Amino acid sequence: MDISVFLRGISVIAEKNIRIYYNKAPVIIFGLLFPFFMFLAFFVGRNLELAAFFPGFLAMTLFFTASSVGPLITPWEKRDRTYERLLSYPVTLEGIILGDIAAGALFGLIITTLVWVVSWIVLDLSVVQLSAFAMAFLLGTLSFAALGSLLASPASDTPSNVMMLSSLIRFPLIFISGIFIPLSQMQGWGLLLASVSPLTYLVDLFNAALTGESVISPFVDCGVLIGVIGLFILLARFIQIRNLMKGL
Amino acid sequence: MSIIQADNLKKSFGPITAVDDVSLSVREGEIFGFLGPNGAGKTTTIRLMTGVLTPDAGTVLINGTDIHRHPLEAKMQMGVIPENSTVYGDLTSEQNLHLVGKLYGLSRSERETRNREVLGRLGLWERRNDPVRVFSKGMRQRISIACAILHDPCILFLDEPTAGLDVQSRRLVIDTIHHMNEGGSTVFLTTHNIEEANTLCQTVSIINRGRIIATGSPEGLKKTFDTTQSVEVSFDRMVGKELFSSEAILKAEPMGDKWRLYTADPDHVVKFIGAVAEREQLTITSIATSGPSLEEAFVRLTGGA
Repeated sequence: MDISVFLRGISVIAEKNIRIYYNKAPVIIFGLLFPFFMFLAFFVGRNLELAAFFPGFLAMTLFFTASSVGPLITPWEKRDRTYERLLSYPVTLEGIILGDIAAGALFGLIITTLVWVVSWIVLDLSVVQLSAFAMAFLLGTLSFAALGSLLASPASDTPSNVMMLSSLIRFPLIFISGIFIPLSQMQGWGLLLASVSPLTYLVDLFNAALTGESVISPFVDCGVLIGVIGLFILLARFIQIRNLMKGL
Repeated sequence: MSIIQADNLKKSFGPITAVDDVSLSVREGEIFGFLGPNGAGKTTTIRLMTGVLTPDAGTVLINGTDIHRHPLEAKMQMGVIPENSTVYGDLTSEQNLHLVGKLYGLSRSERETRNREVLGRLGLWERRNDPVRVFSKGMRQRISIACAILHDPCILFLDEPTAGLDVQSRRLVIDTIHHMNEGGSTVFLTTHNIEEANTLCQTVSIINRGRIIATGSPEGLKKTFDTTQSVEVSFDRMVGKELFSSEAILKAEPMGDKWRLYTADPDHVVKFIGAVAEREQLTITSIATSGPSLEEAFVRLTGGA
């Protein structure tokens, strides 16, 4: 395979996704407004120490933003009948998936960075472990953008169905992943449930980066997130190959 | 030399075999027509040949490159217009072309030059900054063609490129096919329009129920059915079918103010008509012989009425 053509395909597809999908209503609603309203619902007026919950809030923002673009792209393209044409260009299915992930990850990175910068100024936050902080951003955006692409994989040509499915999967994750109840206070079933959510490891990694305290080792957090990225990409590829004919 | 070579292609969807042992060979520089009734397997075959679908068995070589082993190298050499697929409605014509140009590795200046050439040729330069979603079907199809030919491919796959278009758009599409072919591109064309295939293509292949049932030049295929030659005749007044009772006439069919007489021996029938006209004091207002049409060959081959 010509690697330069492959990489060029990924970058052009990501650019196309940025141009077309960043300003679509479902991305703005599910990627920006939802985490904002979740923040308002849980933190405002409850006399909580915002700085203590901030790692969880940052992880939630990154989770929602990075995973909001991916579910929209494939069903939207199948509905608008542009998907077959895309497949006939010099790109592969893997390139299309990676281009979708790149667009989702960049969206998550931009929005979460903005949230971080504003919060850093307003709340006077500091980073205790810079490497953990950078890894949280990098691995968090990629893993949840990959989740977004995976959620789009069973799609036919109905974006609203996929957005509903993605909400059904994404919402429960924020309640079991140590965002609203700190991981250090979780026990028994709660902790067991948290351990199967990839978001837990991002929350823990942000805790390590911003407070210096984590329940799990940051190395384990990084390892799990890397594994999750690979798993989600492979699953997305497998399901998309099986569903290729739907919506062509 | 074959620039497209498909061997023993098979593709099933569950219990349905859409493409069954299809082999095709397209010579460099020709316009190849791929015909078949609805559901015959044309679109599945073209999807297998353009790398959109992977076959269950068989190979496709594009200019010597196996498209399923080396998809990027093979796809770089071709332009494709899928039947039901379109370009991005949220982008302008020019943005669509830039996107495609980037995928094919054209530099910015190359893209700008080609955009101007191609959009100008297809009559859309003035509309280059309009989003494609406001375009008519014909204009969208022209943009679709522009995207397929932007990188000047040596092979062009077109799946029903003129279906549902108005006369002007259809002519523009046909002109573009001729222009690309004259420039050296090989064209693989599926169409429902038999007359279009008859006038455009050097070779035609007919598929039915997933299998290739005939391949050859349009004239060659017509000659497969020599027995369906006919004589068309009209007189100065209406006549009945009983007038054409001759062993040489296989069937007599009224066609408006004319009769079409099917025969294996047109010479005998013309002489017979002359004698009948003399006897019945009829004036022949027109008479013409014709061979079988490609449409007749198509209908006979695909088992139609």
